[in-house]
Amino acid sequence: MRIAGEGLINRRRRIPFTFDGRAYEGVEGDTLASALLANDIRLIGRSFKYHRPRGVLTAGSEEPNALVTAGEGEGQEPNQRATMLELSDGLIARSQNRWPTLDLDLLALNDLAAPFLGAGFYYKTFMWPPAFWERLYEPMIRRAAGLGALSGRANADRYEKAWAHCDLLVIGAGPAGLMAALTAARAGADVILADEDTRPGGRLNAETIEVDGVPGHVWAAEVARELEAMENVRLMTRTTVTGAYDQGTFGALERLSPGTAAKPGAPRECFWRIVARRAVLAAGALERPIAFRNNDRPGIMTAGAVRAYVNRWCVSPGHSVAVFGNNDDAHRTAADLLDAGVHISALIDARHDATTALDVPFYSGAQVCDATGRRGLEAISVATASGIERIQTEALAVSGGWNPTLHLTCHMNGRPEWRSDIAAFVPREEAVPGLAAAGACRGDFSTRACLEGGARAAGAALEALSFKVPQVDIPGAEDSAYDISPLWAVPGKGRAWLDFQNDVTVKDVKQAATENFRSVEHMKRYTTQGMATDQGKNSNIVALAVLADATGRGIPETGTTTYRPPYSPVSIAALGAGGQGKGFAPERLTTSHAASVERGAPMIEAGLWYRPSYFPKPGETHWRQSCDREVCMVRESVGIADVSTLGKIDIQGPDAGAFLDFVYTNMFSTLKVGRVRYGLMLREDGYVMDDGTSARLGEHHYLMTTTTAAAGQVMRHLEFVHQCLRPELDVRFVSVTEQWAQFAVAGPKSRELLNGILDASIDAEGWPFMSCGAVAINGIGARLFRISFSGEHGYEIAVPARYGDALFRELVARAEALGGGPYGMEALNVLRVEKGFITHAEIHGRTTAFDIGMDRMISARKDCIGKAAAARPGLVEETREQLVGLKPVGAVKLLVAGAHLFAEGAAPVRENDQGYITSVAFSPSFGHYLGLGFLSNGRARHGERVVMVDHLKGVKTLCEVQDPVQVDREGGRTRD
Amino acid sequence: MMAKTPLEGMEPLSLGKATLSELDLGRLTSIAPYRGQEAALSDALKEAHGMLAPAPNRATGKEGARAIWFGQGLILLAGPAPDETLARHAALTDQSDAWAVVRLEGDAAADVLARLVPIDLRPYVFKRGHTARTELQHMMASVTKLGETTFQIMVFRAFARTLHHDLQGAMERVAARARP
Repeated sequence: MRIAGEGLINRRRRIPFTFDGRAYEGVEGDTLASALLANDIRLIGRSFKYHRPRGVLTAGSEEPNALVTAGEGEGQEPNQRATMLELSDGLIARSQNRWPTLDLDLLALNDLAAPFLGAGFYYKTFMWPPAFWERLYEPMIRRAAGLGALSGRANADRYEKAWAHCDLLVIGAGPAGLMAALTAARAGADVILADEDTRPGGRLNAETIEVDGVPGHVWAAEVARELEAMENVRLMTRTTVTGAYDQGTFGALERLSPGTAAKPGAPRECFWRIVARRAVLAAGALERPIAFRNNDRPGIMTAGAVRAYVNRWCVSPGHSVAVFGNNDDAHRTAADLLDAGVHISALIDARHDATTALDVPFYSGAQVCDATGRRGLEAISVATASGIERIQTEALAVSGGWNPTLHLTCHMNGRPEWRSDIAAFVPREEAVPGLAAAGACRGDFSTRACLEGGARAAGAALEALSFKVPQVDIPGAEDSAYDISPLWAVPGKGRAWLDFQNDVTVKDVKQAATENFRSVEHMKRYTTQGMATDQGKNSNIVALAVLADATGRGIPETGTTTYRPPYSPVSIAALGAGGQGKGFAPERLTTSHAASVERGAPMIEAGLWYRPSYFPKPGETHWRQSCDREVCMVRESVGIADVSTLGKIDIQGPDAGAFLDFVYTNMFSTLKVGRVRYGLMLREDGYVMDDGTSARLGEHHYLMTTTTAAAGQVMRHLEFVHQCLRPELDVRFVSVTEQWAQFAVAGPKSRELLNGILDASIDAEGWPFMSCGAVAINGIGARLFRISFSGEHGYEIAVPARYGDALFRELVARAEALGGGPYGMEALNVLRVEKGFITHAEIHGRTTAFDIGMDRMISARKDCIGKAAAARPGLVEETREQLVGLKPVGAVKLLVAGAHLFAEGAAPVRENDQGYITSVAFSPSFGHYLGLGFLSNGRARHGERVVMVDHLKGVKTLCEVQDPVQVDREGGRTRD
Repeated sequence: MMAKTPLEGMEPLSLGKATLSELDLGRLTSIAPYRGQEAALSDALKEAHGMLAPAPNRATGKEGARAIWFGQGLILLAGPAPDETLARHAALTDQSDAWAVVRLEGDAAADVLARLVPIDLRPYVFKRGHTARTELQHMMASVTKLGETTFQIMVFRAFARTLHHDLQGAMERVAARARP
C-alpha cells in the first residue's frame, strides 16, 4: 500500500498498467514491483518446481520471484524482473508458470508431492526406461516446470550493439561509484559511469542516510548533474555491466527508457562493448535472506528491499511489518518503518546481546522459525528462550547480512577471499587486471568508507594512467561499524528455502552432502541451486554455508562456485543485434546484378557473392528448361556470363615470375607476355588448394585469377608465402577483384560478337587460344583474355567496374541479336561438367594433383609449395580414388552428387566403397546425365560398370566409367 | 558506355545530426613500394603530389590529393593520376573502380560509427589525418578522419548497398535516441 511521504516518485503523474489482465495505476518513478505492492498485490508468481505462491523478495536485479512476461505479441519478453521493469503507460504484464491462473494453479499439486521431489529426484526417477526420457519425461517436466516463454514468432523490434572507449569505467553509481567517477572526471580522464538503475545513487536512493548534510539521494543527484555537464563523462543509467573480458573489455547491457524505445527506429536494448584502460567496480552488495521454514511466503522480503520500497517508493509491503535480522540493518529498517508511520509487529534480533531504543515489540536472541499464509503472509512463529510465539503480521523484513557484489572480479577465473569479520566473501586484488573494487563490493559497508574507497580507487587508477590526482573532499556521512553474528538457516523441521527461483531448500543441500556431492560445484549441479536466471544471487553463499556445515568444513574451505558472465540475463536479441534480416551477412553484388534481376534471374549465393542461377524466358516453367536452352545457346551461338566474382590478384615486381613458380606447380616465369596459362596451386601438405589462369601482362606484371570461393584463401596464402617463406623475393600483390567487371563471351559466335563492339577487331592469328592483351571499347581501356571454361571458342572481357552494368547490357543485347543471350551458374556448371573441368567440388581439400590427373603439372625443373609432400608414397598410389567421368547405362537415369560407387554385384556397404560422385549435370548435348567423381584406380577403368548408390535418397544407378572430358576431347573447338 | 558509381542514384541521407553521402575521390591508385624503396617513394610522392608517404594509420595530403595508409606496405593515392616516377619505386595498381566511398559527417557521426566500428573514435585519439583498416559490421573497411566530425569510409565496391544499409540503420537508431 502507498503511504505518505515524498520518496522519489511523482504522485501527480499517474501511470496506468495491467497485470494479468486487470487494470491498475502506479505513479511516475515506480517499478512494476513497487506499483504492484502499492496496489496490495503480493502474489506475483509461482515457483519453478513446486508452483509455490511467491511475491517480491528484493528491489533490484537479483530478484528471483517476481518474474513476469512484459508486453504482448511478437515482442513479448518473458522472465522480466518486476523490480527492474520501469512502469510505463499501458505496460502489459502477465504472471508466469501457473495454470490456469495465478490464484488457482493446479500444478501447485507438485507442492504436496514435495517429499518425493527433492534433490536428485529427476536423476533417480526418470532413468528408466531410457527411451522414455526424451519422449515422455522431458516434455512432461518441461511443461510443468518452467518460466515464461517467447512468442515463437519473428520479432521486428530493433536491438543494437555499440562500442565505447574510456580511461576509467566505473561500474555502479552508488556513493563509491559516484566518488570514483567524480574524482576521475575532475582529473580530466574520460569516464564512463554505468549503473543498472534508472537514476544514479545506489543505496542512497533507498536509505535515509545523509551525505554532506543533505539527504543521500539529493547529494547523488547533485553529483550526477555535475558529471553529466562534463564533456569527458558518459553517464549510462539503465546499463548493467554484465561481464569482464580480456584486455579491459567489458560487456554491458543498456535498456533504453520506455519512452525512448518507443520512438520509431529506436532500439529496445543496446549491448555495449566498453574498452577501458582502468575500471573501478563499485557494484555494492546484495542482502541475503535467512532460511527458515516457509520463508518463501509472499510478504517476506529482504530488509534492504523493504527500506527501498518505504523510502524511495512510499510503499509498505503490509499494514504491519515484522523485522528479523542478525545485524544492525534490522534496527535501521524498523526505524525507517516507524518514521514512515508503518506499524511494527515485532523486531527480532538473533543476536543475544542486542538492544533497541525503538518503541516496538523487541525480541533479542530470537529467531523466526515458521511462517503461515499461503498466498500472503499472515503470521510468523518466533522461537525465543521461553518458547515459540506466534505473531500476526502481513510482512516480514529479513536481513542475514550482505554479500559484496564481486561477480565481475571472478570473470577471469579469480576466486574470492573469505572475511570472517563481516561473514562474507570479498574480491581479491587484481583478479581482473586493471579493475579495482571499491565500496561495499570490497566489504566497506559504511557510507563514509564507500565515499573514501571510491575516491581512493579512482586516485590509484589516475596515477596508473599518469593523470594528476585532484584533491576531492570526501563528504561527511555515517561511518557506523558493521556488527553481524552469522546466521544462515534456522534449525527446525519443514522446508526452509535457499534458492527461491529453483526451489532448493536446506534439506536438499544436506541431502546432496549425504549422497556425497560434497564439492560445492557438485552440490550445485545435483540440487540445481544457483542455476536459474538469477544465478543464485540471493542463495549461493547461504547454500554453501549450509553445505559447509553439513560436511563439517569451514566456509573458505568449501569455496564458491564459479562466477561466469553475464552478471544478469542478456537477451539474445541484444547479443545478436544487427544480425536480423539483411544484417546477417553482407551482400556482395556484381555490376550486372540489377540487369540480371530485371531479367528475372534467381540468385544463388557463392560465398558472399550473389550470382544468377539462370535467366528464365517466357514460357519456361522449370529451371532445367532455361538451363538446357542456355547450354545449347553457348554450344551453338554465343552466351554471356558475369565472371567478375573470380578472384583477381595483380602481381608486380622483378621477382614476380619466380614467386609464381614457387606458388604454382607449373612454370610461369617462362610464360610469354600476352599469354595466359592454367595453373595449379598446392597446399603445403601436397593437396590441391586452388586452380585458375594467370596472365602475363608485362615483363614484371602478372594477373592471377582464383576461384570465387578461394579468393580470400589464396590471397592469405600468397601473403604467408611472401612474408614467411620467400621474403627475399621482390614482389608485390594486391587484389583487383573489385576493380574489374569481367564477362565470359563464349560460343562459336563469340569473336563475331566482340568484333561488333571492340574499337579494333580481332582475328585468329592475333588472338590465339590462351592469349591476352589490352583492347578498347569506345575508347575505354579493357582487357581481353582468350580463355574458356565452357570448352567453346571463348573470351573473357574485363572493363573498369563503373562500366560493368553498361557492358553487360550491351553484350547481352548483341548476343541476343546473334541467337544467344546470358547464361547463369546452372548452365556454366553443365558446360564445364561436359568438358570435364574441375571446380572446388572436385578439389575439395582431400584430392591431390595425382587424383585429378594433373600430377604431370608438378614441374620437375623447380620446387614449389607442396611438391615434396605430394610425392609421398601414399599420395600417388594407383589404388587412390582418381577423377573419372560417369554416365548412367541402366534403367535408372539419375546421377546424384554425393552418392557412393560400388563394384557391380557388391553389397553397397562401407567396406565395399570404391569412390563417390562430386558433380552431376543433365547434359542436353548428350541427352542424359553426366557425372564427375572419384573412383579407386579409376583412370584404368574407363568402360567398366559400377553402381552408384545414394542411401539417403534411395537411388541406385548402374553407371559406365568414362573419360571425364566428354565434349571436344581434342580441344579443337576451343582453339580454332 | 555509361559509367555508374558504386552507389549510383543514392541521394545524400540526413538523419538527426548525421549526413551520409557518396564521395567521388577521382583516381585511386594502390602503391606498394618495392623492397628498400619506401624512402625513395616518399620523396617521389612529395615531389610529384606534394605529400610524404603516410606512416601506418595516418593519411597525408589534403582534399583532392590524399595518400592513405592502406595496410601493410600499401598506400592508396586518392585524387590525381599517379606520376610515372612513382612506378620506379613501387607497384602501382589502378583501384579507381574497386571501392565504394562515402562521407559520414555531423555531430552524431562518431556515435553512428561506434555502432559498427570497434576502434576508439574519441576525438583526441582518432584525430584528423588518422586512418584505420578495420571492420564495419561484417565488412573490412578503411576509415579516415577528414575533419572534426567528418569521416571517409571505404569498402569493396560490391558491398556498397550493404554499407548504405548498415549505416542507415545505425543513423536511424542514433537519431531516435537523441533528446528532442
